[in-house]
Amino acid sequence: MPERVYPDTPSGPFPAPPSTAEDQSGRTIEFRAVDEFEDEALDDTVEMYVDFDPSDRAQGIPPTGETRIRNWLETIAEHSVNVVARHGDDVIGHAVLVPDADDPDSIEDVGDVEWELAIFVLQAYQQSGIGTKLLKHLLGHAIELGITHVWLTVERWNTPAIALYERVGFEPTGTENFEQEMGILLA
Amino acid sequence: MNVLLGLAGSDESITALRRTIERTDAVGDDLTVAVLEKADTERSQDEMYRQAEKLLSEADLDAEIERLEGDPGASLVNYAEQGEFDQLVIGGGTISPMGKIQLGSIAEFVLLNAPTTVKLVR
Repeated sequence: MPERVYPDTPSGPFPAPPSTAEDQSGRTIEFRAVDEFEDEALDDTVEMYVDFDPSDRAQGIPPTGETRIRNWLETIAEHSVNVVARHGDDVIGHAVLVPDADDPDSIEDVGDVEWELAIFVLQAYQQSGIGTKLLKHLLGHAIELGITHVWLTVERWNTPAIALYERVGFEPTGTENFEQEMGILLA
Repeated sequence: MNVLLGLAGSDESITALRRTIERTDAVGDDLTVAVLEKADTERSQDEMYRQAEKLLSEADLDAEIERLEGDPGASLVNYAEQGEFDQLVIGGGTISPMGKIQLGSIAEFVLLNAPTTVKLVR
């Protein structure tokens, strides 16, 4: 059973990818699930992180430099669940779930594991509603796959991010160090 | 330099112990090792005490080893305040499945409350 504390009430439903929306600056943004996080999908995401503003890093991720970025993404790629936001040909946002399992190969039911969430949006696309939509699409995709327990940690001073997570249904789990841990139960 | 190393029972503490022994050996610091009381760790306080004894004697280092009872963060900071230490060393920083660094409650308490410079070994 889950190691962490989750809300009693499940959250949902959420929109699932693929979908297209116009952001607050009138840019057309496409939300897409990535079935195989490799080749072009991986390359495009690496490219986004190469352009990422280092001041927006959180707890050491994303790493800096193309090699380290690629290593990080390849390490989490195989068992992760990914949704990207695209503007034209470019990936401008990435939301990902990684299973908390000693042996991810042995996962039989994705509802039996707790999934760690992370989301990053390029600076030029922040504060335009894309982050909220991207987060909701990842949760909608997670529900389609049968995922039920999702958690994250966020730096305690990062109140805009905490507010965003609370809006979609995340609640603090009670574990508070430098990072605030939060969890959501999906319907 | 007079160094105080605080050890809980985690793998991060073992790393801190090894690195501190190497450093002490290289620069000739004075070292005191405090073994903390903490529930739910990979190693008990006794195991950690023996591990410290073993690694110190293998390195041929003459360091005092103390067992501190009670809340790990508070007992370590108290002990540091009573001695003449220049630096307090702890291990810390686990990696989440995503690759995020997470610092635990002892690390946070010690960083914020210690009277000396704190070195966090990762």
